[in-house]
Amino acid sequence: MSKVRLTIDGIAREVEAGQDLLSASLGLGVEVPHFCWHAALGSVGACRLCAVRIHDGPDDDEGRIEMACMTPVAEGQRVELADPEAAEMRARVIEWLMVNHPHDCAVCEEGGACHLQDMTVATGHHRRRFRFEKRTHRNQDLGPLLTHEMNRCIACYRCTRFYRGYAGGRDLDVFGAHDRAYFGRYEDGPLESPFAGNLAEVCPTGVFNDKGWSEHYARKWDMAATPAICTQCSVGCNLFAAERGGRVRRVQNRYHGAINGHFICDRGRFGALHVAEARLDHPRIGGAPADAETTRAAVQEALAKGAVGIGSPRASLETNAALRRLVGAERFFAGVGEAEARAVGRMAGWLAKGRGASLKQMEAADAVLVLGEDLTGTAPRAALALRQTARGAADALAAEKGVPAWLDNAARVAGEGRRPPVALVTPMTDALDDVATWALRRPPEEVAAFGQAVAAALRGEAAEEAAREVAEALKAAERPLVIAGFGTGRGDAVEAAGAVAEALGEHARLALFPPEANSLGLALAGAEGLEGAVAALEHGRAGTAVIAEVDLVERADPRLVERLFAAAETVIALDSAETRTTARADIVLPVADWSEAAGTLVNHEGRAQRSFAAVSGGRPAGWRVLAGLMAVRPGWDTLDAMLDALARDLPQLAPAKETAPGAAFRLPLGQVARAPWRMSGRTAQDLAGRVPEGTPPADDDAALAFSMEGAQGADAPPALRTSYGVPGWHSASAAPFLTDGPDGPMAGDDPGVSVLPGFTAPAPLAEHAPRGAGLAPLPLHEPFSGDELGRRAQRLAQRCPAPVIALHPDDAAEIGLADGQRVAVDGGEAVPLTLDPAVPKGHVAATAGRLLPRGGGHRAIVEAAE
Amino acid sequence: MRGVVQSLAAVGRKLLTRKYTAGYPEVKPELPARYRARIVLTRDPDGQERCVACNLCAVACPVDCIDVVKAETEDGRWYPETFRINFARCIFCGYCEEACPTQAIQLTPDFETADYERSSLVYDKDDLLIAGEGKQAGYTYWAVAGKAIAGKDKGEAQGEAPPTDLRDLCP
Ligand code: SF4
Ligand code: SF4
Ligand code: SF4
Ligand code: SF4
Ligand code: FES
Repeated sequence: MSKVRLTIDGIAREVEAGQDLLSASLGLGVEVPHFCWHAALGSVGACRLCAVRIHDGPDDDEGRIEMACMTPVAEGQRVELADPEAAEMRARVIEWLMVNHPHDCAVCEEGGACHLQDMTVATGHHRRRFRFEKRTHRNQDLGPLLTHEMNRCIACYRCTRFYRGYAGGRDLDVFGAHDRAYFGRYEDGPLESPFAGNLAEVCPTGVFNDKGWSEHYARKWDMAATPAICTQCSVGCNLFAAERGGRVRRVQNRYHGAINGHFICDRGRFGALHVAEARLDHPRIGGAPADAETTRAAVQEALAKGAVGIGSPRASLETNAALRRLVGAERFFAGVGEAEARAVGRMAGWLAKGRGASLKQMEAADAVLVLGEDLTGTAPRAALALRQTARGAADALAAEKGVPAWLDNAARVAGEGRRPPVALVTPMTDALDDVATWALRRPPEEVAAFGQAVAAALRGEAAEEAAREVAEALKAAERPLVIAGFGTGRGDAVEAAGAVAEALGEHARLALFPPEANSLGLALAGAEGLEGAVAALEHGRAGTAVIAEVDLVERADPRLVERLFAAAETVIALDSAETRTTARADIVLPVADWSEAAGTLVNHEGRAQRSFAAVSGGRPAGWRVLAGLMAVRPGWDTLDAMLDALARDLPQLAPAKETAPGAAFRLPLGQVARAPWRMSGRTAQDLAGRVPEGTPPADDDAALAFSMEGAQGADAPPALRTSYGVPGWHSASAAPFLTDGPDGPMAGDDPGVSVLPGFTAPAPLAEHAPRGAGLAPLPLHEPFSGDELGRRAQRLAQRCPAPVIALHPDDAAEIGLADGQRVAVDGGEAVPLTLDPAVPKGHVAATAGRLLPRGGGHRAIVEAAE
Repeated sequence: MRGVVQSLAAVGRKLLTRKYTAGYPEVKPELPARYRARIVLTRDPDGQERCVACNLCAVACPVDCIDVVKAETEDGRWYPETFRINFARCIFCGYCEEACPTQAIQLTPDFETADYERSSLVYDKDDLLIAGEGKQAGYTYWAVAGKAIAGKDKGEAQGEAPPTDLRDLCP
């Protein structure tokens, strides 16, 4: 990119050409007030707050007032932010915007982290001069997740631009005329988009806020924030977990340039708050609470019978490695079916060839083929990325006409709605159909065949018409992208995606989405499917099964799970909350959930990322509990020691240690502080009748302090950042100060390291078709429902639709089942039957996890329930 | 020698001036209403709790001795579920009173808070809340702020017009 030189307030600066002046200024740390501009949404020039004086060159003495967000940077420009006339204009704009403001900061959740407050303070407006009446609005009930207080609105249009333009939502819009513009729904009701939660951060005021946070409220300055990683899907979005008084009160987006950018999905944001539900707090033997000593003795006795270890795709690398060490490499298996374990191993193999695409790279693709994956249900943030991919062609056309993409409205007009070719090959209607050029419906078993046909067409062989069309589009593209996953419960789509990418050539990228937050990590640890564990137990090679943080019923064929429970003399289950597996286990050991312990997860790109403990003094991490069970205690007292052991046991995963600085890391100010400097109540908090003495709790596993002592904000390395820490900018609008370009990588580079290089994939399964008799399973994924833990989060649960069992009417007639009749799959939970001609014949479509294991590899029997 | 005489003379002269020593504790001092000592939480003119748990006093407090936990009534009124001041730490600077948007928190002239037990210097809401309006009579935050609560709907706060009709297209 070429550079231009300009001066801002007399200081000579060099910035990248082609951007707007506001983005450039913020990137340089120049604090230009703004409202309607958003780093991910571009400029529309609606609020008029970013006024600056611009002189075209040295000879232009007078210059003119312009909107920084609407003005491209140009060589020789002289920009004056401090110009009195520009400053006056900004102050007047704020004053106008505040004319109808309800003046209720004291009872507004946004207060203390409010962009409107920040801008009002920055422009110096502090006394109301307007003597006339304030216009008022009635609010709406927007469901369990978000609050609505329309009177605080400043009509910046960020909400509708995000909700409709960026996230493809339909049910939020602007109503009314004149100064009565109203941002809401046509009528009361929950916002439908699975990305609605972002409104709480996108809206620069307190119109939309996190309802659960409001219920357990603490001001932003009162909460200690910890960098965490979402565990609700394989995307691995970066989060801030905000805690006060030992309770995680809110989860917010933490900027990551290659992954989540400025937005996360509601499953992640609200699902993370499951931590208070169905907690396991005490060890249990045979259903009765037991003390630590008795439990340890019982576990030792069981382990002496020989044990298989069953690792988890949602537990950290550390926990899986500790389990592997406890039982031995050859007795370590994954808590998922072989079909899934193998498919994820194959994904790792394809990605290790260097073709993997991050979400950011997905957005840059110019032709896309999605094979079988319902992205909105399995990896919601990736679906949001694909919506941006779909805007690429329009932006390219606009650019040809000389309209830059950041000029949002103009680029949309100039882009003429042009779309890049996107082929969606899925079994059922898909939430992304509206951006697809080809929305092709194929039953699960034909998805891979279609992919292979595309690959064949690319190689110049004969293929069906639709495949030829898609192949041509992919071939013509400069940055073609193929997306697949394990959403249909079959691994053949991954192979087909790989074949298409190979047929396309070196430039083609692959985005493969394994089912869970650490599925890939488990595969890289070499774990084979649950079938192996059952065989070992049945052949008497082991008597005990140790299951670490995984509910088998959600993931594997129920017949297989039954065989495991029948064959194992003792089942030891570790988990943070009660599941269908812990409920049946003989010995249950409580372990930390995501908020209580540090751990490393490998996301869909093969990027290892570290999540840290958001609360102190929680239950011990899974790997610590496992270390305590070993006959000879290993020397893993800290996470760093654990990671060293992991690197020795599993050299493939050795780079995981570099994911974040170790616990001994120190900055000039010491550790990185979780709590903000202004945290209140330190000497009175939670002290009914006590006076506090003593030191804050220490964190053995991170260079993070549970107090305000230490470095803050941008001083910390990106992986340890606990806030954006920009003085005077307390809201999420501070993020652009810490990024390289409005949507670019974080200054100091995006956190995470790849653990893929050098990985050799297992061979693909010879047979992908489900075994046995009955109907072929078709798991239905749903954006609001994460895993067995995330689904429990109270408020999110209110947004999860009821579980579904759907059949094609012909199949139902054949079995003799009627619409609405209570039926069950494989003897599971009974729900009313839905008849839907969209379900491919010979299949049973049912809610993944809850009713149908997501990768059982076995046909399912649907029967009427008593 | 000269120095000693001078000192004695200076002390001697004091024997003739008026005494300022107060006979405390037998004689109580007369302090102005704005004297800064023991903190109280006052009530609105209608007797409702004034504090809205905004936390501004807590964040203004330089020794962080105020802990406020917000709760909300059915009708949207914010109030402090916990309001605790650790007087063992309080320096009576009055910043909390200055920060308070509702005039709820006020310092009073009652300075006799000494105790032998540090723990009995931790005051909870029950200990802090008084029956009256204190120094700021007549002020009600809820009458000014736009948030609707029971008895004050949208459009009924000071200077507010009735809620808009979104289907009205008139300019
Ligand atoms: S939106 Fe901001 S300025 Fe408005 S009441 Fe809330 S905190 Fe105050
Ligand atoms: S609701 Fe928020 S985001 Fe939407 S226009 Fe109003 S202030 Fe802007
Ligand atoms: S569920 Fe997936 S997409 Fe959603 S926030 Fe979590 S990691 Fe991101
Ligand atoms: S500043 Fe006033 S209203 Fe706010 S919490 Fe303190 S006492 Fe209550
Ligand atoms: S930010 Fe430039 S006009 Fe709103």
